Amino acid sequence: MELLMFYGFGLLALFAGVAMILSRQPVTSALLMILNMFCLSALYALLDAHLIAVLQLLVYAGAIMVLVLFVIMLLNLREKKGIITKHQASLQVVGVAAFGFFVMTVVSRLNTAALPKSKAASAGFGTVEAVGRILFTDYVLPFEIASVLLLAAIVGAVMLAKSKV
Amino acid sequence: MSVGHYLLLSAALFAVGVVGVVTRRNSIIVYMCIELMLNAVNLTFIAFARQLGDMGGQIFTFMVMTVAAAEAAVGLAIIISVFRNRLSVDVDDVNLLKG
Repeated sequence: MELLMFYGFGLLALFAGVAMILSRQPVTSALLMILNMFCLSALYALLDAHLIAVLQLLVYAGAIMVLVLFVIMLLNLREKKGIITKHQASLQVVGVAAFGFFVMTVVSRLNTAALPKSKAASAGFGTVEAVGRILFTDYVLPFEIASVLLLAAIVGAVMLAKSKV
Repeated sequence: MSVGHYLLLSAALFAVGVVGVVTRRNSIIVYMCIELMLNAVNLTFIAFARQLGDMGGQIFTFMVMTVAAAEAAVGLAIIISVFRNRLSVDVDDVNLLKG
């Protein structure tokens, strides 16, 4: 059952990713990206990361992709020339395909047998309570730094997008 | 269900993201492909967190999402200001720094 769900959502995620880079309409690309993020969220739930699965939907599919769609519709973009950059397009595709093959080979040859056998997840693994507890104890400094980063991003975005300073 | 399946899927998604960044000319699509690559790495973190029974990997994913949200705000603001100056978001048109 788990394997079936993995293949279902995994192949759908892969299909959405490939269709996203092939699509001519930016809006279609953005919607396919949202589909991809839904599938990844399902995979996170399959891996017992319940909090991250919900955050993936809220932050990525809910906030970030809505912002992207908003910008696409605000700018009213259309592809005038081809969708591929003009510099040696075939060379780019070949090089990237070779890179992809290399990555896949390395990963498939990884010695995952050396890892400890995956046990059944301990009770409460990946729940809001468990993740929140270590977020506010062991990882409290990165958490606080993230708040400063978000503040800087807000100020920076307003400064960049404002028409007159 | 081993971690290897998830690693292969995440490598494939990452490679798709790289293809998009290198070949597409619309900078919003390029931005979305970068997000795809971040997501692929997040999947690796979550898979290893599950395999090793350590929630540190989930914290890492949480931080990556925070950085991605900040990047979305700043990146799209940059795209809007480029569009305002050039009336295009084509990466081939933004070549002021090219020698």
